[in-house]
Amino acid sequence: MTVVAMQVNGKQVSADVEPRTLLVHYLRENLLLTGTHVGCDTSQCGACVVHVNGKAVKSCTVLAVQAAGAQVRTIEGLADGDALHPVQAAFKEHHGLQCGFCTPGMIMTAVDMLRRIPRPDETTIRHELEGNFCRCTGYHNIVKAIKAASEAL
Amino acid sequence: MNAIEAKKATGIGAAVRRKEDFRFITGNGNYTDDINCPGQTHAFFVRSPHAHATVDAIDFADALAAPGVISVLTGKDVAADGLGGLICGWMVHSKDGSPMKTGAHPVLALTHVRYVGDHVAVVIAETAAQAKDAAELVEVTYGELASVTAVAGAQASGAAQVHAEAPRNTSFEWELGDKAATEAAFKNAARVISLDFANNRLIPNAMEPRAAIGDYDKGTGIYTLYTTSQNPHLARLVLSAFVGVAPENKLRVIAPDVGGGFGSKIFIYAEETVCAWASKKVGRPIKWVAERSESFVSDAHGRDHQTHAELAVDANGRMLGLRVKTIANLGAYLSTFSASIPTYLYATLLSGQYDLPAIYCEVDGVLTHTAPVDAYRGAGRPEATYVVERLVETAARELGIDPAEFRRKNFIRKFPHQTPVIMAYDVGDYEASLNEACRMIDYDGFPARKREAEARGMRRGIGFSAYIEACGIAPSAAAGSLGAGVGLWESAEVRVNPTGSVEVMTGSHSHGQGHETTFAQLVSDRLGIPIDNVEIVHGDTDKVQFGLGTYGSRSGAVGMSAIQVALDKVITKARKIAAHILEAGEGDIVFEDGRFTVAGTDRGMAFAELALQAYLGMKFPTSEIEPGLKESSFYDPTNFTFPAGCHIAEVEIDPDTGVVRVIKFVAVDDFGNIINPMIVEGQVHGGVAQGIGQALLENAVYDPETGQLLSGSFMDYCMPRADDLPSFDVGVTTTPAPSNPLGLKGCGEAGAIGSPPAIINAITDALGIRDIAMPVTPERAWRAANGL
Repeated sequence: MTVVAMQVNGKQVSADVEPRTLLVHYLRENLLLTGTHVGCDTSQCGACVVHVNGKAVKSCTVLAVQAAGAQVRTIEGLADGDALHPVQAAFKEHHGLQCGFCTPGMIMTAVDMLRRIPRPDETTIRHELEGNFCRCTGYHNIVKAIKAASEAL
Repeated sequence: MNAIEAKKATGIGAAVRRKEDFRFITGNGNYTDDINCPGQTHAFFVRSPHAHATVDAIDFADALAAPGVISVLTGKDVAADGLGGLICGWMVHSKDGSPMKTGAHPVLALTHVRYVGDHVAVVIAETAAQAKDAAELVEVTYGELASVTAVAGAQASGAAQVHAEAPRNTSFEWELGDKAATEAAFKNAARVISLDFANNRLIPNAMEPRAAIGDYDKGTGIYTLYTTSQNPHLARLVLSAFVGVAPENKLRVIAPDVGGGFGSKIFIYAEETVCAWASKKVGRPIKWVAERSESFVSDAHGRDHQTHAELAVDANGRMLGLRVKTIANLGAYLSTFSASIPTYLYATLLSGQYDLPAIYCEVDGVLTHTAPVDAYRGAGRPEATYVVERLVETAARELGIDPAEFRRKNFIRKFPHQTPVIMAYDVGDYEASLNEACRMIDYDGFPARKREAEARGMRRGIGFSAYIEACGIAPSAAAGSLGAGVGLWESAEVRVNPTGSVEVMTGSHSHGQGHETTFAQLVSDRLGIPIDNVEIVHGDTDKVQFGLGTYGSRSGAVGMSAIQVALDKVITKARKIAAHILEAGEGDIVFEDGRFTVAGTDRGMAFAELALQAYLGMKFPTSEIEPGLKESSFYDPTNFTFPAGCHIAEVEIDPDTGVVRVIKFVAVDDFGNIINPMIVEGQVHGGVAQGIGQALLENAVYDPETGQLLSGSFMDYCMPRADDLPSFDVGVTTTPAPSNPLGLKGCGEAGAIGSPPAIINAITDALGIRDIAMPVTPERAWRAANGL
């Protein structure tokens, strides 16, 4: 077992875990931050995307120990109190989610996308979403939501 | 906001933003894997690596000794406890009257394994990692046998047999329609157009993998099963009445937030059965969460038909008859509804939107050494639509008639219309949706666009699909006459609280469809109360008495209609109470915009005031009217509903690379009345994406020699990504359904039903070819474009 400490959503946290523990399991099982989801085991689906030191990362591809000392932000830490992040608000406004399972990863990916590319066009948004699967929406309203959020940010 | 403004903002027809979204966008959803029970253990399943083998011995001594392992259970333990096998709840009979044939479907394998991924044993340990590690130590001695994975050859004598009980691997040889009338129609035909198709096998891949937690309470003897189900009551019924895990009153099934289903979470699988049963044996809760690779091999797959179809046409371009022979792959075991999918949900829709006097269809249901095949979004209706719309488009081209015109010429125009294949279409206006789709895609401008594309070296094509489907499979007696083992009504209970807020217990289950919003819109609209005062409760057999769940696009037409009927009863009772309090005759009480008033006076009371009086029970004679305000309904519709519409795809193909780009996709659908247009459009988007996935990307492939699933990960199974798809243009036309009080038809599956033939018709148009197999990968398109 190894003690792994990091900052998650602005709070210092630590847990004693097996060295092979993935960051996603550290978040879900040790910190009970279950908003980050596991949708595949092959880093394809993007349901597990969180931010590590400000960048979007698939947390099923990172060992918790690799994130030791890092600043991690999950979907639970995105809103400012009761005030939704503009990307969250846009997903709701434009019906960018149905079952909600891919949504945390989609939103975290979109936030990172808009940090790097503040005004993406539709083609760019679709290309940037390559690492995130959604089976419900056909992406139509996700693209629309991200476009709207880019204008609101 | 007054009641009238509120009704406009949140009532029927308004694009209300979803009530459920807040928890999902903030990471506060409550999916099965998010739930943890005190003392919880973890299960990992040992699965067959072989498509077909005898299970000769299972040595789990090393696994049992591994760190953290609590128990290893096999089929022998299941049998020793007297559990039954998993069942198919729909009975199909062959032409000769004999019932469908299949072998037993044990929860854990006893003597044989019959597909890669079949369940052999379960390891239960303190952590998921320990269970998985120990599973690798379970030594199973298999006697490998020959296997058959495709229907071609499966019925030949000498083919490997899946079940001894089903000779020639044939579960049923079923027929529908009038054979003699159809033969006669073909004799009189001026022209016969025939095609052979494969409807490719698909893997549903809801983003949330299946999961379950079984939790046995020693004190009460009650089992609680949390599971990713579209129909928790059905799971309870099957696990109780057929598998025998526990009596129904000792089994609570909870389907919390469920991350997509698309049919795959209707069925009752081995894993949740084991979690519930074994939690008593180990005396602790047991959690299982599928890894995606397990989902690929063990979730029920969809489609997988081989079909030969012929359309007879007279000299004037009128359709005379349709003859279809389909061989449907059922997989290794008959899953919960599998027998109904390639039969009653397929051949009954073969009339399409057309006035076809004669239809005859034969379907062989064939068992193979593959994962069970069952309902997947559309379930039989996409396969029927593919047959009809590919044939119709091909016929139009070969007759030299514009495909829109050929359809117009043959549309059913008088309703009700009895088709030759059971269905009685009640209402529709097929030309309206065709015309609107043509307008939206600018059909007249297509030749110019094609020329412009050709100038760039691209091949551009346009393809139609005028689909019809059937939803709300009811009345129950009709479904029963076709072989259904359950009634297909729905229940609702409307509980008005003393403060005037309302809870609705519904037997429908939402796993992305937004019922918490649309169902609340109905209540808000009818009772004139703010939508935030309405709570929709579903997915827990302790809270909702019974229900049939969500599949077959039934939750609007059947589930909401049940709520509507219960609301009628609430209002009827409330009116009686109001009459006493307002000292007027019951007939003089008007209920409008949330207020009970005495007609022609200013005397009245708000709904919330009335609710309080109903519970106080002081101002009306409780000997005549019981106190309280709660009503329920078990609603059985009078007919199926028939959503229909027209999809048109425009594609461009690069002949050098074979890449097919969907330039424009128009879907015009007639769903009857619409509660929330935003949600309906979202359902169409998702369905169309899955249909385009089938047409261009997705294919479940088994190795014919070894029976291994070759497309067993997201690396190998091509799920549609954002940059594979265009934005969609969605339109509506409306003919309200007469078979339910809200005039709803259902919108959940239409996208996946209508779109694949539109895409393939567009591709064959672009390339000037007769047919091309789905999925049209760049290689297939490139070969076709270059005559290879």
